Amino acid sequence: MPDNKEKYAQLQESIAKHKGERGAVMPVLQEAQGIFGYVPEDVQQMIADGLGVTLAEVYGVATFYAQFSLEPKGKNVIGVCLGTACYVKGSQKIMDKLSEELQIEVGRTTKDGLFTLNATRCLGACGLAPVMMINDEVYGRLTPDQVPAILDKYRA
Amino acid sequence: MDLYRAHVLVCGGTGCSSSGSAQLIERFEEQLKEKGLEKEVKVIRTGCFGLCEAGPVVIVYPEGTFYSRVKVEDVDEIVSEHLLKGRKVQHLVYVDHKTHESSIQKSLKEIGFYKQQQRVALRNCGVIDPENIDEYIAFDGYRALAKALTEMTPEQVIKEILDSGLRGRGGAGFPTGKKWQFAAASKAEHKYFVCNADEGDPGAFMDRSLLEGDPHAIVEAMAIGGYAIGADEGWVYVRAEYPIAVQRLQRAIDQAHEYGLLGKNIFGTDFNFDIHIRLGAGAFVCGEETALMASIEGMRGEPRPKPPFPAVKGLFESPTNINNVETLGNVAQIILKGADWFRSIGTERSTGTKVFALGGKINNTGLVEIPMGTPLRTIIEDIGGGIPNGKKFKAVQTGGPSGGCIPASLLDIPVEYDTLTSVGAMMGSGGMIVLDEDNCMVDIARFFLDFTVDESCGKCTPCRIGTRRMLEILERIVNGKGEEGDIEKLENLAENIKATALCGLGQTAPNPVLSTIKFFRDEYEAHIKEKRCPAHHCQALLNYVITDKCKGCTACARACPVGAITGTVKEQHKIDIQKCIKCGTCMTKCKFGAIIKD
Repeated sequence: MPDNKEKYAQLQESIAKHKGERGAVMPVLQEAQGIFGYVPEDVQQMIADGLGVTLAEVYGVATFYAQFSLEPKGKNVIGVCLGTACYVKGSQKIMDKLSEELQIEVGRTTKDGLFTLNATRCLGACGLAPVMMINDEVYGRLTPDQVPAILDKYRA
Repeated sequence: MDLYRAHVLVCGGTGCSSSGSAQLIERFEEQLKEKGLEKEVKVIRTGCFGLCEAGPVVIVYPEGTFYSRVKVEDVDEIVSEHLLKGRKVQHLVYVDHKTHESSIQKSLKEIGFYKQQQRVALRNCGVIDPENIDEYIAFDGYRALAKALTEMTPEQVIKEILDSGLRGRGGAGFPTGKKWQFAAASKAEHKYFVCNADEGDPGAFMDRSLLEGDPHAIVEAMAIGGYAIGADEGWVYVRAEYPIAVQRLQRAIDQAHEYGLLGKNIFGTDFNFDIHIRLGAGAFVCGEETALMASIEGMRGEPRPKPPFPAVKGLFESPTNINNVETLGNVAQIILKGADWFRSIGTERSTGTKVFALGGKINNTGLVEIPMGTPLRTIIEDIGGGIPNGKKFKAVQTGGPSGGCIPASLLDIPVEYDTLTSVGAMMGSGGMIVLDEDNCMVDIARFFLDFTVDESCGKCTPCRIGTRRMLEILERIVNGKGEEGDIEKLENLAENIKATALCGLGQTAPNPVLSTIKFFRDEYEAHIKEKRCPAHHCQALLNYVITDKCKGCTACARACPVGAITGTVKEQHKIDIQKCIKCGTCMTKCKFGAIIKD
């Protein structure tokens, strides 16, 4: 993991790369989200200053799109697909089970910072419904009783 | 070029990748090397084969043997038996759900799922290596671009597309040739050709598969379109949630540059064209064209009123043409084979084919491409292989959050734009979610409204507030608190929202509610008047009951988190419905099927 100083240096690089490009706010925010895992106010301010736009504009974009988070996320981000194909095949029950196991509601992060539980839009893996993603790993054809064992893999 | 006696095609689409197809490829390569076959057998990672249900899928050519749900430990057997000794591995061969027939003697095209399909847009998906431009070229790739640039005028290109009758595959079905004509007619120094790959409809993943399986087809079509309308710059707006698609598309663009198929003076003409990729950031409304352009410009993805239409004033204030991925997937074929060929497929007003993503309660989930006009029943029963677990078909939902539900009584209608619209559904982008008797139609309507409320951008009042009021009514109905007059309130709100919302998202948001009321009014009434959910789905409206099948094993009583189950060993137990929280744990614990929902 790069330390904070390094992260800010990466952000400055990203700003320099996109400066002058039309519509640069989105790609820079996307890279910032990747670097920091979220986009706090000082990062937004830095982007605004760097690209020569107002903080309001950056904040407006950051809060419009689901991809950007203003708060830090857990170490492992769980996304349960609540697209139609998964929903009719019982993904809500997977979500309920996760919520129960982690003792958190949807959209929240566990106290130990290990998991964030999100509902996601269709992941396009409808053939495997119901589906969830933990970080980049996709788990398909799920049943609620598989949930505890899967979570344990990330607790070790 | 090296020649091989056999090819192993491993699906590298999202579905199969999720179930470990990358590890399969690795293992195949290891094993082939170990057996000294690496110069005789080639392993290729292709795009999606369509039959995701059977994934991960492996196909061995020249026989076309279809292996389904292959695990890493199965690879050794396929190599040592099939590839070394020429004996197909019987127990891994795909078995048809409907006929229970093994496909061991059949090639891919003879399997029930594929037999009635006709692949135009998906022609190369699952056939070629999407990361290799030479394979695309070997399948006639970039020939259409060469033909357009060197033998046709822009007007002739537009006329060919117009004559083909191709209509937008993203939802609304607007004639593609007309769109091109409008954009071509706008005079400007700079024009843009945009590909809308912000595939947001839940349950639709054809654009993703096309980008992953045949990215060059989109690059080629955009260049053809750019030539036709006089644009020199292309943009692809694609969901960030589709990393494989983004990566392959970028690779395709780079390769096309290397080959001089993008860039300056393409095919020695004075036509210049370049393509950029812009990633979405998780906003459904950005599939709407004006919102999409705002997003490319780096702003909040909010739609604006039309006119001016994008063809007049679009991206960066310049004339712009926007087409969906699947629409573009047809373009090169039309230029090569001609408008008459395309018109010969499909029906009078809906020409060509359409790709559908079959999902939900159906045996063969996956992607299917069928000629327009194919009866819905053929798709569900023959290609889809019917409903699993002996359940009864209830409805099929098409068109996602903008569409509607089609009941069993209308299963014989042909699938084409106008017919679907006339029954209150719509073609949409091609999601087709099958619902069985266990799905509650009121809850499905609630599900879609929940989606649109969440995705409404908030710019216009009818959508921002109107859809929320509708959702509140639906929520109280499924929670057993529905009131007399709720159905009429929903209908009234729906009509007003449809008439007054700013963009397509709001205007079509009430459709799932209206169509379920139209065909399943009795389910709404049962929830409201009898406080009963006929599908036994809505938790608040059902009771768990222990029947006389109970053996008194006490498993349920021990599992109940609130101690609502009482009874003595070896005697029928009982649930106290006052205490019961309807979590369903008892039902999953009962080994005798003695607990039912009532």
